Amino acid sequence: MLKILKYSFYDLMRSRWSYVYFLFYLVLGFVLLFLNNDVSKAVITLMNIIIVLVPLIGTIFGVMYYYNSKEFTELLLAQPIKRSSIFLGQYFGVAGSLTLSLVLGLGIPFVLYGLFKSDVIFNFTLLLITGAFLTLIFTVLAFIIAISNENKIKGFGYAVLTWLFLAVIYDGLFLMSLIIFEEYPLDSLSLGAILFNPIDLARTLILLKLDISALLGYTGAVFKQFFGTNLGLFISMGVLILWTVLPIGWLTFKAKHKDF
Amino acid sequence: MYKINRILLFIILAIGCSIQAKTIPVCVSCAVTSIKAGIAIAKDCDTLLIKKGTYKEYNILVDKPLTIIGEDFPVIDGEDKGEIIRIVSDEVTIDGLFIINVGTSYTSDYAAIRVVKSEHFLIQNVVLEKLFFGIYLEKSNNGKVYHNKIIGDAVDEYNSGNGIQLWYSKNIEVDRNIVQGVRDGIYLEFSDNITINNNISTKNLRYGLHFMFSNDDTYSNNTFENNGAGVAVMFSKRVKMYNNIFKKNWGTAAFGILLKEINDSEISGNIFEENTIGINIEGSNRINYTNNSFINNGWAVKVRGACYENKFTKNNFMYNSFDISYNSNLNDNVFDQNYWSEYTGYDLDKNGIGDVPYRPVKLFSYIVNRTPETIVLLRSLFMDIIDFSEKVSPVFTPDNLLDANPLMKKIK
Repeated sequence: MLKILKYSFYDLMRSRWSYVYFLFYLVLGFVLLFLNNDVSKAVITLMNIIIVLVPLIGTIFGVMYYYNSKEFTELLLAQPIKRSSIFLGQYFGVAGSLTLSLVLGLGIPFVLYGLFKSDVIFNFTLLLITGAFLTLIFTVLAFIIAISNENKIKGFGYAVLTWLFLAVIYDGLFLMSLIIFEEYPLDSLSLGAILFNPIDLARTLILLKLDISALLGYTGAVFKQFFGTNLGLFISMGVLILWTVLPIGWLTFKAKHKDF
Repeated sequence: MYKINRILLFIILAIGCSIQAKTIPVCVSCAVTSIKAGIAIAKDCDTLLIKKGTYKEYNILVDKPLTIIGEDFPVIDGEDKGEIIRIVSDEVTIDGLFIINVGTSYTSDYAAIRVVKSEHFLIQNVVLEKLFFGIYLEKSNNGKVYHNKIIGDAVDEYNSGNGIQLWYSKNIEVDRNIVQGVRDGIYLEFSDNITINNNISTKNLRYGLHFMFSNDDTYSNNTFENNGAGVAVMFSKRVKMYNNIFKKNWGTAAFGILLKEINDSEISGNIFEENTIGINIEGSNRINYTNNSFINNGWAVKVRGACYENKFTKNNFMYNSFDISYNSNLNDNVFDQNYWSEYTGYDLDKNGIGDVPYRPVKLFSYIVNRTPETIVLLRSLFMDIIDFSEKVSPVFTPDNLLDANPLMKKIK
């Protein structure tokens, strides 16, 4: 598995898209800091970008890579290698290189602008960690979609739809249901609904540390306990890990049972 | 005639004081060893000089014009038995005492220093610790509370008292005090013409400063930080609030300022930073908000209803999660020439004023008002999209609520 991981990783590291992705974040980081000149403000702006763009790029990249390296995969399948190592190797290669581009691309400008001297280092690390998780989650979702669909166009369609659903539509439905059922106590429901969407989860996790003033000022004891203590941080981190591990398990299951 | 008589009396008293006043030292090894004994033998206008040491006394009644000065902060320990000093005479000065262990009672408000129906008093450089009520002014006018330090250890609202309390008192100056860890830092009830300047009120359980039925008061250059709910101004008229700092008042019901039934007031030059709600306005009319800065608050201004003819001009609204929140779509308030950090318009004629009006009320804030739990969707892409569409064509938010002349640069 490690060999395949290494191969995929180096293959991607050499590819143009990784550089584009890396450069994009590098430029973004520098521009943000140049315009704001305040590390803590830049972290907030960055959050908005990370929770939208990282999943999108993870999804598209994952699907693209799977379809592009399909022939190579089939070649590998003919060899005496475990199926799970082939697919997991490829998956971690893609996710690893994307995460590396993200962390380095954003890390370099912030470090140069004096991250270590400011007090937002924890927030920034949290931001990168959630970004990495989002990459892992959405790449694996993309792989699952790609592995289940032979048709490239269909695969792409479903992948983009998944992203659109989780990034926008889910929140819309969530909001609608909250308004429809506003007569009922909704604290637990709304917190529960967050856990079922990794993008919402990532957003909450970062908000916990940033905009807590507005969040705290409202509603009942359940929110207060969740957002006011470390409980929220642990729960959302735990669920985020579940969101990564479970789909990876599913991917191995799919890979084992697929008929090539 | 009466007034002239009083002035004459005052002059005579003052001259009299300077001629025949003598100083009575109080200490463990002096002729007088307790403050009570000192007051008993003192004549009008004398000075009691209390030397360093611990005096276990309470219910000290000051019933003649005296100056009580502590040297190197002598400790008066009430041993939790009751009130410590009660002033019932005009022209009393208390200076440099360290008072601890005021008794707690649920039937009478024991205070470290209580002034009853007296005038021209001065309480300064006093340090109070372990108190119930700190300085309690009752129907006393024309006095000064200056440079005191009140440090409480209040835990619950129901069994704690206020730092400085004014009740039916007029023309008082409260200046340069530090109040922390009590229920209300400074509390005014039925007190008019009070000036409150340069105080620092922090970590109080309820409000840093609390007005009830008190008119024509001014407070300026104070700092209110980390209080249970900031400053509450209720049922008062013509209150002036200048250049104060309201910081870090956050929690489930925390505000920078809570305005309830306030009319004809001025709020100017204040800084609101990191409060859950900067200003919460309810039933307040004809208030001018100028040159304030709202920075990093959850809500900068929350308008609850029945607020008419308020004017917001030349304020800075920067990086607040919500700038303005309304719970109705009726608007009779004016927003003009403010700086909004979220303004995205342009200024083609370069006159410093944006060419497109700014709408400070977001659809999201309207939704949150209706269903508070939706706050968990803060900063989501979906919310940004519907906020944008609402901005383009307002349906739910008041369509006349806009800043027609948003400034391009922040006001210094």
